[in-house]
Amino acid sequence: MKASAGGYARAESVGHALDLLAGSDGQGRVLAGGQSLIAAMNMRLSVGDLLVDISKISELSGVIVSGGTLRIGALTRHAQVGASQVVRTHAPLLTDAVSHIAHAAIRNRGTMGGALAHADPAAEFPACALALGATMHSEGPEGARAIPAEDFFEEVFTTALKEDEILTSMTLPVAEEGEVQILEEVARRSGDYALVGLCLVKRASGHRVSLFSVGPKPILATVAMAALDAGDLEAAVDAVSSEIDPPSDTQASAAYRRHLAGVLLRRAVARLKGDTA
Amino acid sequence: MTIPFSNPDRPNSYIGKTVPRPNAAKLVQGRGRYVDDIVLPRMLHVAFSRSPVAHAKIGEIDLDEAKAVKGVLRVFTGKDLTEVCTPWVAVLAHLKGLKSPPEHALAVDRACWVGEPVVAVVATTRAAAEEAASVVMVDYEDLPVVTETMTALDKDTPVIHPELGDNLAFRRLHEEGDVDAAFESAHKVVSASFRTARHTGVTLEPRSILVDWNPAEGQMTAYHATQAPHMMQTVLAKHLDIPESRVRVICGDVGGSYGIKVHVYPDEVATAAIAKVMGRPVKFIADRLESYTTDIHARDHEIEARIAVDADGKILAMDVDDWTGIGPYSVYPRTSAIEGNQVVNLCGGPYDFANYRAQTTVVFQNKTPTCQYRAVGHPIAVAITEGLVDMAAAAIGMDPVEIRRRNMYADDAYPVTSPAKMKFEGLSHHASMDKLIEMMDYDSLRADQAEARKQGKYRGIGIASFIELTNPSPFMYGIGGARISAQDGCTVRMDPDGSVVALSGVTEQGQGTEAMLSQVVAEGVGVKPSNVRVITGDTQVTPYGGGTWASRGAGIGGEAALQAARALRDSILEVAAAMLQAEASKLDIRDGQVVDADTGEERMPLEELGRIVYFRGDTLPKDLPRELVQTRHFITMEYPFAFTNGVQASYLEVDTDTGVVTLLKHWCVEDCGRVINPQLVDEQIRGGIVQGLGGALYEEIHYDEDGQLLNGSMADYLVPMAAEMPDMQVAHVETPTKESELGAKGAGEAGTAGAPAAVMNAINDALRPLGAQVTEMPFTPERILRALGKIDD
Ligand SMILES: Cc1cc2nc3c(=O)[nH]c(=O)nc-3n(C[C@H](O)[C@H](O)[C@H](O)COP(=O)(O)OP(=O)(O)OC[C@H]3O[C@@H](n4cnc5c(N)ncnc54)[C@H](O)[C@@H]3O)c2cc1C
Repeated sequence: MKASAGGYARAESVGHALDLLAGSDGQGRVLAGGQSLIAAMNMRLSVGDLLVDISKISELSGVIVSGGTLRIGALTRHAQVGASQVVRTHAPLLTDAVSHIAHAAIRNRGTMGGALAHADPAAEFPACALALGATMHSEGPEGARAIPAEDFFEEVFTTALKEDEILTSMTLPVAEEGEVQILEEVARRSGDYALVGLCLVKRASGHRVSLFSVGPKPILATVAMAALDAGDLEAAVDAVSSEIDPPSDTQASAAYRRHLAGVLLRRAVARLKGDTA
Repeated sequence: MTIPFSNPDRPNSYIGKTVPRPNAAKLVQGRGRYVDDIVLPRMLHVAFSRSPVAHAKIGEIDLDEAKAVKGVLRVFTGKDLTEVCTPWVAVLAHLKGLKSPPEHALAVDRACWVGEPVVAVVATTRAAAEEAASVVMVDYEDLPVVTETMTALDKDTPVIHPELGDNLAFRRLHEEGDVDAAFESAHKVVSASFRTARHTGVTLEPRSILVDWNPAEGQMTAYHATQAPHMMQTVLAKHLDIPESRVRVICGDVGGSYGIKVHVYPDEVATAAIAKVMGRPVKFIADRLESYTTDIHARDHEIEARIAVDADGKILAMDVDDWTGIGPYSVYPRTSAIEGNQVVNLCGGPYDFANYRAQTTVVFQNKTPTCQYRAVGHPIAVAITEGLVDMAAAAIGMDPVEIRRRNMYADDAYPVTSPAKMKFEGLSHHASMDKLIEMMDYDSLRADQAEARKQGKYRGIGIASFIELTNPSPFMYGIGGARISAQDGCTVRMDPDGSVVALSGVTEQGQGTEAMLSQVVAEGVGVKPSNVRVITGDTQVTPYGGGTWASRGAGIGGEAALQAARALRDSILEVAAAMLQAEASKLDIRDGQVVDADTGEERMPLEELGRIVYFRGDTLPKDLPRELVQTRHFITMEYPFAFTNGVQASYLEVDTDTGVVTLLKHWCVEDCGRVINPQLVDEQIRGGIVQGLGGALYEEIHYDEDGQLLNGSMADYLVPMAAEMPDMQVAHVETPTKESELGAKGAGEAGTAGAPAAVMNAINDALRPLGAQVTEMPFTPERILRALGKIDD
């Protein structure tokens, strides 16, 4: 199929991009790495978009740590996140996540901001953001906003971003001494979206568990988290299976996904304890 | 003079060696020429508005909006095209009782599957044509939809084509010996139901055609990604009312076929019809969604089967009840009854037993039509047979290798006729099994499996013996009335510079046919393969032939090439003898030089002979023949098919918590007769295995109960990819066919035939201690966990 775009403009700066979006009569669409958007356009799932290409705005790219906060620019490519020593040190969950995302060619182009803004319920980064307690930063005509990850992901492909806003970066607390971050997922083939995935973060303050590919958006499994804090793995396994409302599709049924969520939690906890399950 | 194949040091010994592929550099550098690369003056593009529903009466069609789209030149409905294009009925006389209704290039009154072309839009660009196709308004009045195979013949199931009376397309029962008595008195009877999923070929290059009608010459030229140019020539001529001689089909580079491109597709015929009406070149390139909804599907079978064995593991009887749903039409001109027919022909193939019953029931449904896809019927028959044999072995506590050894035809038993009435000229089941067991080190693998189990890991070994049907005679299609050539030809000519050109009726789909032809011709004439230019895929240029299908390129096309090359060698030597005043029988051609046969002393380069023949023919004796162009044809006569055989093994690990299967290693020993090019054969085997592994683990087309296809993209229809593929070790036993001098049989489908059964058996070997078994392909993580009883709904 041939895509049918309404137009294309390359933004020179965030301000320029916001102007282009504002002037697009609601048809504006941010183009970052294009690894989800162009595919959708090529299947005519999205037609008539006025593309606002932000991929050349260098200020949106890069990784910085300052004062216990790690900031990752929205345009940072998956491959850059994966290769960053800073990320590996302060948020190893993201490093791990990258190795599960798609294939090399896609990781070279796809951006972290794109993955977060796209909000595919099966994507790794949104669930990582939840587990790590990250904050999304956006710019819009009304100014800048900081949105906690828990409020950011709303529905399938839907976030708290407004149509005229751009996601500029994600911040998160750097991993504390002794913090463990674990990602477990099962996909049919390497690089495929997960059938179910799970992030487990263990901090001094307690456990954080998020799941992806288990419903319309990634979720924080708060009941399971409490059970883990209480040291009750069986209760936590029961809880993850009931806290999720997974879909049935051509790859797997909801029942399989529920089972898998429990298996992944067990595996993550085993790794936490140092067993190589 | 025959070629001493057993001597690898003979002169010009290219047959049997890995020689570089002449077209590899071109393809790797992106210098291939696929249909979509061809741009003709005044060329237009066609896109189709396709049925969004599985079964509907076509009501009003409103084309106003479509016609108004910028760039659109013309829009055609089914009725418009009936004036220039006749419908076809895909039946063959030897498939008794097969029925199918007439099928049109565009649906006329009814649409019968999601994706059936209904309206064609022609525009200056594909984008404009698509834009317009998306605003074509068709009133679809829903008709009842039939999707299930097993209930298609029930009384309360609606009949898709009322004029045919019922939904039965074809049924064949074959019975040999006294099956019921054998089952009654057997020591052990094991039964199982099997399912193979509907899947499709997923060619890298989608279906593509560009048709140019030249009214001044009254000639149609179709640039077509096809496996069978001459068959397409006949089809286009017949249905568009053009003399056959005035249709030229040109088939350049083709990006994979796997059987997908050997059939007649309504949208492609419509493209040709439109080109004729408009008098302008028209191009159609399927996109990936069109590939999924309109390329032929295959393998959608449900089977109940049982096997009877005695206490020593001897097979006493097999009984197979096979059902398949083929969509609303049998596919033209090869028909959609062949796959089921093959299941009947091939079950039990490697084994010497007496009592056999098999029935195939082929029904209509409102899904994409199915037809022949790589290894037609084989993976199904092998899964049934090898699945049952393994289950029988387990039931009597015998090793799976041992039970096979006790039942396979002895290597010296040939010729022999199987209970399915297949004639085998010469096979090597035991030699192949011995080689396999040695190569995989079966005993240490069993030890590794036992060791792993102690650590809670479930590993399994699966074996699958198989036969493969290759080199078909006219018994496959010709006797049924199809104008599909089982014979093939090759013309070989020497040019003045001493180089050789070979024109062949078999075609190149990316599998290396041209490499095979170049080395056969090189050896036959006595030149380097790099001095042979190969031309295939042009009905106006090459000898008439069948093309690429049923693993026939090397066995049939290769033999024709060898004989033509040998004939050219003889005519060159006749001229050389006159020029050198020597006896032709004392001369030979080596490396492009005429030499003294005994001493190897160089007497004259071929270019000198070429110079004399072409430019100074006056210096040769007047009555000396100087025919430096020779053509030979080849057809098999003694056997309807040249069967090959082989055996595969899979070693894998099942994660019993997630159901995920990890392939650890795969082995294949096969016997395709003479191996012409070891690397090409090995890669055919490997590629075939990968396709078979796809069927075993990943590939499955899903429909809902309304006949909507649910996974028409590469994201949702999973094909095997490199990361999951195991290391594969391939070896050969060579039992050349005596029907030809070359002795080559086919190798294109062996990998696909055996791999799914090997994987199934390996999974079941791993799961057996847990009391679980899977027989429904693909073996998804979920199916495995369900078999283990680990999922509560
Ligand atoms: C074959 C394949 C496999 C894949 N597998 C995975 C996988 O396993 N896991 C996974 O997580 N992803 C996977 N992806 C998706 C990939 O990670 C994408 O790169 C990512 O989802 C989108 O990032 P992008 O930069 O390409 O965004 P684009 O495609 O450019 O944009 C996606 C959407 O986000 C919006 N957007 C992008 N950037 C911004 C911004 N800064 N502000 C506001 N809106 C923005 C766009 O408007 C658009 O709606 C896969 C993709 C492919 C093609």
